[in-house]
Amino acid sequence: MTAQLPAPSVAGTEEPPSAVLEVTDLEVHYGLRRRRRQALHGVSLSVAPGETVGVIGETGSGKSTFARAVLGLVRASAGRIVIGGHDVSAYGNRQWRGLRRRGVVQYVFQDPLRSLDPDLTIGESLAEPLLVHGVPRDEAAERARAFLPRVRLSDELLDRLPGELSGGQRQRVAVARALVTEPRLVILDEPVSALDSANRVQVLEILRELRATGVALVFISHDLGSVAGIADRIAVLHQGELVEVGPARDVITRPQHLYTRLLVSSAPTLRTASADREERKALRALLHA
Amino acid sequence: MTTLSEKTKSTATDRTPSAPPVLAVSDVHISDRVTDREIVHGVTFDLTPGTSVGIVGESGSGKTLTCRAALGILPPHFEVSDGSIEIGGTDIKTLTPQQWTALRGATISAVFQDPASYLNPSIRVGPQIAEVIHIKKGLNRRQARHRAVELLQATQLREPELVYSQYTHELSGGMLQRVLIAAAIAADPQVLIADEATTALDVTVQAEILDLFADLRERTGLALVVVSHDLAVVAQMCDKVLVMRQGSVVEHGPTHTVLNAPQHEYTRLLIAEHEQYGLEKFRTPQEAS
Repeated sequence: MTAQLPAPSVAGTEEPPSAVLEVTDLEVHYGLRRRRRQALHGVSLSVAPGETVGVIGETGSGKSTFARAVLGLVRASAGRIVIGGHDVSAYGNRQWRGLRRRGVVQYVFQDPLRSLDPDLTIGESLAEPLLVHGVPRDEAAERARAFLPRVRLSDELLDRLPGELSGGQRQRVAVARALVTEPRLVILDEPVSALDSANRVQVLEILRELRATGVALVFISHDLGSVAGIADRIAVLHQGELVEVGPARDVITRPQHLYTRLLVSSAPTLRTASADREERKALRALLHA
Repeated sequence: MTTLSEKTKSTATDRTPSAPPVLAVSDVHISDRVTDREIVHGVTFDLTPGTSVGIVGESGSGKTLTCRAALGILPPHFEVSDGSIEIGGTDIKTLTPQQWTALRGATISAVFQDPASYLNPSIRVGPQIAEVIHIKKGLNRRQARHRAVELLQATQLREPELVYSQYTHELSGGMLQRVLIAAAIAADPQVLIADEATTALDVTVQAEILDLFADLRERTGLALVVVSHDLAVVAQMCDKVLVMRQGSVVEHGPTHTVLNAPQHEYTRLLIAEHEQYGLEKFRTPQEAS
């Protein structure tokens, strides 16, 4: 089902042999009748095993809707979602809950308090997904403990509650919880956006190291810098449409779509360039025309 | 595109510091009177017309306190305990409240991070700008209204007439920030302090506003103080940069010198973060080729 789908408009993408996530012509609407508004317009994206795909978008681009749709937290109005070879497009709430519970698709959100149970200790939070997988209690506790160094946390934290940790530590626990079962696919929605720069770099480094486990990451962010630091490929969402997707280097050095060009040109870098200002003005004029 | 580093150098060295500074901050120390603790330990910089100084540092580094001192709006029980601040050659210690009122907006102005908290939610935004123009520039109501719409247009708001008659709750954060910038430049100040003015905005909106500042600087000789936690924002905008940490200036100098030969460990860390997790790693080779 994944084999050689033609990808005409998108340069530099070859369909991987077997995708862990395959989204085809995804549409999501919010609201009813006259208030009905389309959040995603026919988005197609496929993620290969072990690959990190960055999804970049600004306010209103539909990036969080995309994350919610592939986690089954919002229902698609059209299109197909295939996770690990299973078509889950028609799944109901209960089936989606089963998928998430079994850790077929894991997730990390911007606010770790949303992915961690405030009443469970760190040790319990990390062991829980393993218990769901049928790992015996003692082994689960041991694997949870053993995982902590991989997110650069000391096992002293095992008995603490999420509320007793710093924001950076909490997010690292959330990453550990998502990865402790060695899933094939993790969706990360703005995982480093609430962190200061030292913690941001640390979490990005941890994610980079964890990619060695063969997990595929979908890293959703408004920050091109964070995405560029970690993604193999970058997909650009603009007003609910996927306007460009390609290898990270190509998207950043040779952006094709007007919006991507504006986005890349707008991202502040350490090299000053007043020439960019004129380029941006021209791009804005074209984009708004 | 190929001579970016040369361009940086020439803009930074071409400026003739012959004009007297519009803002002179000399060895300013700021203390908390209640705890008798010194929070800012000596900040010095001069700002001549058409130039810009950047202050970089994490939260709690004293960058905002320094700005507030220059505006005469330190929080209760904070005071400038040593050093001096001169605006247009006048020591601010000698200013009466009436003189301060005359100075603010007309000579020195500021934009902070959270635009909504500086606008009255129960008055349409346009008249709030027109009021500034009416009082500070002595234009009659009709002229002031006309000028306010022009200013809204200058901040790249696409429907300035419509925005003029809207309330804060009808506008997005990016739009509000532009309204606030229009108000801040309404009385043609000589100095504008932008304290994390674009931090909460999407990157393309941020670039639009930074471009507007750069235009104003070239066209009207506006002098800028750009405060940011992001070294790249400052690098884009400023001739000179101060790096602050825990109330002390740990490094200062022309932007290209600080970027190319950082002396302090903390500055090197800020630069390294960008090179590892920023667009630099993709952009630099392309620009060099």
